[in-house]
Amino acid sequence: MIGVLAALGRVTLARTARLGRGLLFLLVVLGGLPQLALRPYLVVRQLYSVGVLSLPIIVVSGLFVGMVLGLQGYTTLADFGATESLGVMVALSLVRELGPVIAALLYAGRAGSALTAEIGLMKATEQLAGMAMMAVDPIRRVVAPRLLAGVFAVPLLAAIFTAVGILGGYLVGVGLLGVDEGTYWAPMQAKVQLVRDVVNGVVLKSAAFGLVANWIAVFEGYDTVPTAEGIGRATTRAVVNTSLAVLGLDFILTALMFGGI
Amino acid sequence: MVTPKTVEVTVGVFVALGFAALFMLALKVSGISQIGGDEGYRISARFDNIGGLKVRAPVALAGVRIGRVSAIGIDPRTFDAVVEMRIERRYDQLPVDTSAKILTSGLLGEQYIGLEPGGAEQVLAEGSNLRLTQSALVLENIIGQFLFSKAAEGKSESGNP
Repeated sequence: MIGVLAALGRVTLARTARLGRGLLFLLVVLGGLPQLALRPYLVVRQLYSVGVLSLPIIVVSGLFVGMVLGLQGYTTLADFGATESLGVMVALSLVRELGPVIAALLYAGRAGSALTAEIGLMKATEQLAGMAMMAVDPIRRVVAPRLLAGVFAVPLLAAIFTAVGILGGYLVGVGLLGVDEGTYWAPMQAKVQLVRDVVNGVVLKSAAFGLVANWIAVFEGYDTVPTAEGIGRATTRAVVNTSLAVLGLDFILTALMFGGI
Repeated sequence: MVTPKTVEVTVGVFVALGFAALFMLALKVSGISQIGGDEGYRISARFDNIGGLKVRAPVALAGVRIGRVSAIGIDPRTFDAVVEMRIERRYDQLPVDTSAKILTSGLLGEQYIGLEPGGAEQVLAEGSNLRLTQSALVLENIIGQFLFSKAAEGKSESGNP
């Protein structure tokens, strides 16, 4: 009995300690951000690897998600003779929910895992310790630019995802199923609002997702057990935890932003 | 390995693409270019019942949208609903005896305000009040009236013989 309680307490303490380490780590990284103004090329380099290289998967997924939304939305709306709402349905679901969430999930799989593995391997091969020996702070030199680039890249990727998705819905709805072009765009422009929907959804939500996704990715890498197996586990954990955190956070943000409507 | 130049160029393209997408969402999707509602002039109207009218609902004249509902409130003394509308600046020729009705677009559609111009010489200006209004049709009230009149009919028929 005591053994069970002790095990429970040990697990709880370990989890809490890890959460606290993560938060302190984030604060240290955030403290290193101002110095990046002196070395912007570090951030540009990372923007290339997390942003530009994620573009193909984001564009292709956005296109297909939008096309599927158009197809299924049309099937349901046609029963009620309400196909003029197709544009509104596609745009609102993409702008408010699917754009930020799917872009963040894809980002976690495509770029977050790479961040964790990269930093984890640096730690395992003692490159981080080597930097510290040369009086180069690895958190400022390695971690901070990756975090900043990621936080900047995720909203841009979400915006591209959403825009391409709406175009995908347009291709299927107008091109394939014969919805009138004007009836696709006009109700959308009447219903979707700039601040309430686009700024809240695409900009603020995905900025929050970007911070969480990159925080988890770099922390898992930095906190990894420095072995081959440890890096593998850390990478898996980064993707799983990011996905869970994004989905949970999405519910909270949606309730806060759109709950009253 | 990509050269630093390529990195910079592609990152530039990526950031430009991202902002272009945001621009498209702002202009094409949320239609910010056609809002312009904050610049128009305000008029108000009183209704007994506004049904399901909401803020931002369209205000239409002959079916053409000329403004939006900007605020909905209650007059604390008469308990009428006071609906404030913003009409676009270019439609400044509406006569003062214009009447307002709350209408429904389609069978299940949204409610909007339909204006019908009168014949007066003077025109509406900022702060004008529409006198002639017709409230929204509330389905329960209509059914209630219908049942009531049916019941009255039945009573008079059974009373005759």
